[in-house]
Amino acid sequence: MDVAPEQVARLARLCRLELSPEEVREVAAELGRMLGRMDALDRLDTAGVEPMYRVSPEVNVLREDEAAPSWAREELLAAAPAADGGAYLTPQAVE
Amino acid sequence: MGGTELTGLTALELGAAIRRGEVSIPEAVRAALCAVEARNGAVNAFITVTARRALERAEKLQAEAGRARSPLYGVPMAIKDNICTRGVKTSCASRILGEFAPAYDAGVVDRLAGAGAVSLGKLNMDEFAMGSTSETSYYGPVRNPWDLARSPGGSSGGSAAAVAAGMGWYALGSDTGGSIRQPAAFCGVTGIKPTYGTVSRYGLVAYASSMDQIGPLGRDAADCAAVLDVIQGRDARDATSLDGRYGGLLDGLTGDVRGLKVGLPRDWYGDGLDGEARAAVLAVADVLKSRGAEVVELSVPVMDYAASAYYAIAAAEASSNLSRFDGIRYGWRAEECGGLDGLYAKTRSQGFGPEVKRRILLGALVLSAGHYEGRYQKALRARALVRDAFQAAFERCGVILAPTAPADAPRLGEGQPEELQARPGVAYTAPANLAGLPALSMPCGLDGKGLPIGAQLIAPRFGEGALLNAAHAFQLDTDWHRRIPVGRGGGVK
Repeated sequence: MDVAPEQVARLARLCRLELSPEEVREVAAELGRMLGRMDALDRLDTAGVEPMYRVSPEVNVLREDEAAPSWAREELLAAAPAADGGAYLTPQAVE
Repeated sequence: MGGTELTGLTALELGAAIRRGEVSIPEAVRAALCAVEARNGAVNAFITVTARRALERAEKLQAEAGRARSPLYGVPMAIKDNICTRGVKTSCASRILGEFAPAYDAGVVDRLAGAGAVSLGKLNMDEFAMGSTSETSYYGPVRNPWDLARSPGGSSGGSAAAVAAGMGWYALGSDTGGSIRQPAAFCGVTGIKPTYGTVSRYGLVAYASSMDQIGPLGRDAADCAAVLDVIQGRDARDATSLDGRYGGLLDGLTGDVRGLKVGLPRDWYGDGLDGEARAAVLAVADVLKSRGAEVVELSVPVMDYAASAYYAIAAAEASSNLSRFDGIRYGWRAEECGGLDGLYAKTRSQGFGPEVKRRILLGALVLSAGHYEGRYQKALRARALVRDAFQAAFERCGVILAPTAPADAPRLGEGQPEELQARPGVAYTAPANLAGLPALSMPCGLDGKGLPIGAQLIAPRFGEGALLNAAHAFQLDTDWHRRIPVGRGGGVK
């Protein structure tokens, strides 16, 4: 199953991954082989079978909405590559 | 007792010796740390060893030993590095998480701490649990203690190798498509993937959320039962968790399998299965039969498509789950990024390894317009067929006995991408994940190369008791689970 290099380049942009033109070609070929390898699915008769998104039959298990302490802001921010005075630091995104 | 004698005990035997005062908890920790010191250089099972923390905790637990409740009190163990540990680096074996030290413990870590566990550190794995050889780690491949030229399997390769090499009495792993069972098989230890939802995933870094499950790896079924007794049960912090109500597993290990129907799915014993593996797994049926079980041949015809369905679903969910790694909230950030878009792209491109990038792109592809119906939706329909096939089989038997893997541990560097193999090993393990069923692997022999062979048992939802009791029954009559690679030829000296 062929996957066009242009499609891989587009997916990579959407996934925020940078690939060199050479990598794009390699990945396109590889993804093509992987999709092709899934052709067992094409041979499977699934007429009338509903897609199974989750394995537990339980749905919407709810709990009481109660206030509870959350994590300390400084501890969470300590895990960030860059933070300052209670906020994550990023490059400027808005002019 | 000396260090080597100690590391040869099961977790429950060590726990009993600690309770009787024959071994102190600091002694046990020092014995494990000695083993780590001696063997981890070769095996590379640990990414982080928390020796000082472990010794401090051991002293504290020893001082309070009179209040011990759990049979695992004071027993040193280790944790796969995709499970969050407060203040201790949690890397998922990826560059992108850098030195990330979570602000909280995972639900399972909380539970085990409450039972008096001592963590020795964090275990190596395939990057983000994507792989079956533990070679995709940013921290280098894990080596199999039985033969250092071979892979321990994956993705929980560090967990299986650590237990096999005596570097901790049990370990936590995670299993999305076989990542506990297959390394357990390759390393000669016992490991169980519980029923989906019955062990909290709060603090487990997500790979494929509809299949991920945490479970124990240990020397035998009894050790796994003891650990699962501690970690199972609903956790309000994981909305997908539920109460399996199968606690008391350890007390339920009678070894009595009279009347148990053991199903042999003939389609799983056909082409592609190594002859020695087939013979060793079928010998398990004979042992169970000698203890009063009944063997039933049946069919679970999912082998041809289960792997394809698994790859499509796992990749799709991974591409979504891994979008959270952006270089902003945790872990590592690339330098010289330019603007915000550049920061995302450069951090993710340099932070993820090639296998992870491949799966993210594969997932994005199967979710894209041209392939959504033919691959992703079709895979979800196939998944329903897997569930139905098991349901039909369990009308006729209580547990299914099958190989864990089609062959023994591959040599490092020789595995080709699983997705491209004709019948990938994951075909044997992923069906249980697709259907959310509990499944375990236990050692059932050594092949001509002296490498362990694993037998897999699969049960209906919440069938952990039957599963572990069948494994326990087998282990009462055999000693494969007692074989340890330490000091044996080709293994770790």
